[in-house]
Amino acid sequence: MMDYEVIFSNIPLYFEGLWVTIQLVLMALVLGFFLALPIALLATSKNILLRVPPKSYIYFFRGTPLLVQMFMIYHGMGQFEAIRESVIWIVFKEAYWCALIAFALNTAGYTAEILRGTIEQTPFGEIEAARACGMSKTTLYRRIILPGTFRRALPAYGNEVIFMLHGSAVAGVITIVDLFGAAKIVNSRYFVPFESFITAGFFYLCVTFIIVGLFKKLEFRWYAHLHPRTI
Amino acid sequence: MSMLVLFTLVSTVSAKEWKKIRVGVEGAYPPFSSVQADGTLVGFDIDIAKAICAEIGATCTLVPQDWDGIIPALLARKYDCIIASMSITEERKKKVAFSKKYYNTPAKFARKKGSGIAISKSGMKGKVVAVQRATTHDNFITAEFGDSVTIKRYGTQDEAYLDAVAGRVDLLLADSIAMDDGFLKTDKGSGWEFVGPNYTDPKYFGEGAGIAMRKGDKKLHQLMNNAIDAIRANGTYKRINDKYFNIDIYGN
Repeated sequence: MMDYEVIFSNIPLYFEGLWVTIQLVLMALVLGFFLALPIALLATSKNILLRVPPKSYIYFFRGTPLLVQMFMIYHGMGQFEAIRESVIWIVFKEAYWCALIAFALNTAGYTAEILRGTIEQTPFGEIEAARACGMSKTTLYRRIILPGTFRRALPAYGNEVIFMLHGSAVAGVITIVDLFGAAKIVNSRYFVPFESFITAGFFYLCVTFIIVGLFKKLEFRWYAHLHPRTI
Repeated sequence: MSMLVLFTLVSTVSAKEWKKIRVGVEGAYPPFSSVQADGTLVGFDIDIAKAICAEIGATCTLVPQDWDGIIPALLARKYDCIIASMSITEERKKKVAFSKKYYNTPAKFARKKGSGIAISKSGMKGKVVAVQRATTHDNFITAEFGDSVTIKRYGTQDEAYLDAVAGRVDLLLADSIAMDDGFLKTDKGSGWEFVGPNYTDPKYFGEGAGIAMRKGDKKLHQLMNNAIDAIRANGTYKRINDKYFNIDIYGN
């Protein structure tokens, strides 16, 4: 019953899709991270006026599905003639950029929430000690709060990276031939849903395995000071 | 004993009376099939399905299904036949059995008015062509123009029209009748026009649209072919045809 012949003859298509998936996820993660940092810092502010906009951003992007966000950007933007006739249409015209924007904004929301949590978890003793040493606020953030924040955020952020990888499959819905898009083409051309999707699943599994390995390595390094020592 | 059980099983299957037929339809391919605001299915395929069921004397349930999964769902017994403008092609015949054709219309390109795009390898170089994924049109454009154009593949024809209006694609390739009535004659398609020849090459487009069934259902196959002949002969086909089109889309 199984027909893996068509899968083998279409492996190049899967690799092309894999490459698109990796590009989209990597760029979205980098953009999203740099967007998330200021959002998280503002969200931990004591000033309520500074706190409300970043908190609303986090609330919105965590509160709506990625697919809905992507459709709003891809189909929604195409609806308005003013946008279609303006310069920014160069970006919104391409499904690829629409997906990237949606992914970056989405992961920024989740990452900001992770960082907000870990910033607030900074032990007060560390801050007190830093102040006693006479550190300025910038130095305090740079040397004490942020390094500890990133370290504590690492396991949760590893999860977010995996979620982003898996979430990126929605790109296949708006004509992008990512890993899932490639599987959809193979399925609809040869009518082999099981084989075509399990192959895509296998690729996702492999990438996830690499991500998990990388984060394990990073955790090992960043938590070096907590390892039991042999004398 | 087990032989006996097997024998009874086989005989009940082959002797199945087709009093109830579940028909797989698409619902996003006007004017052949589309979903109205209140959720009811309408269109040429839908009316043909109802006429065929009436001819056979069976009660029919229409099951809407996305194009991508329309053959796998048939094989998974979610319905018994597909009446969804499916072209009879060699690739599909490997998986399903087809009735005789119930219509045959040519494929055609459409372009944005004033774009001046010519239908040739050089004229279409670098242009974006929208097709519905895994249709005869997809196979044709991939094989004949795949090296000179960018192909965008959509799950439904409606999505392709949406991106054509948005200006994301330069050309559409689809069934000429479906595109004329479903897009060009509508408000949103007013900025678009047909261009190039009619495509009917059986190598890509098959012999027309037929009803797809599982290969084992020989009896149903016979019933469907007889029903198509009957509605052609008794005027039912013509009545449905004239409701939607001003030419006979059955072809030669």
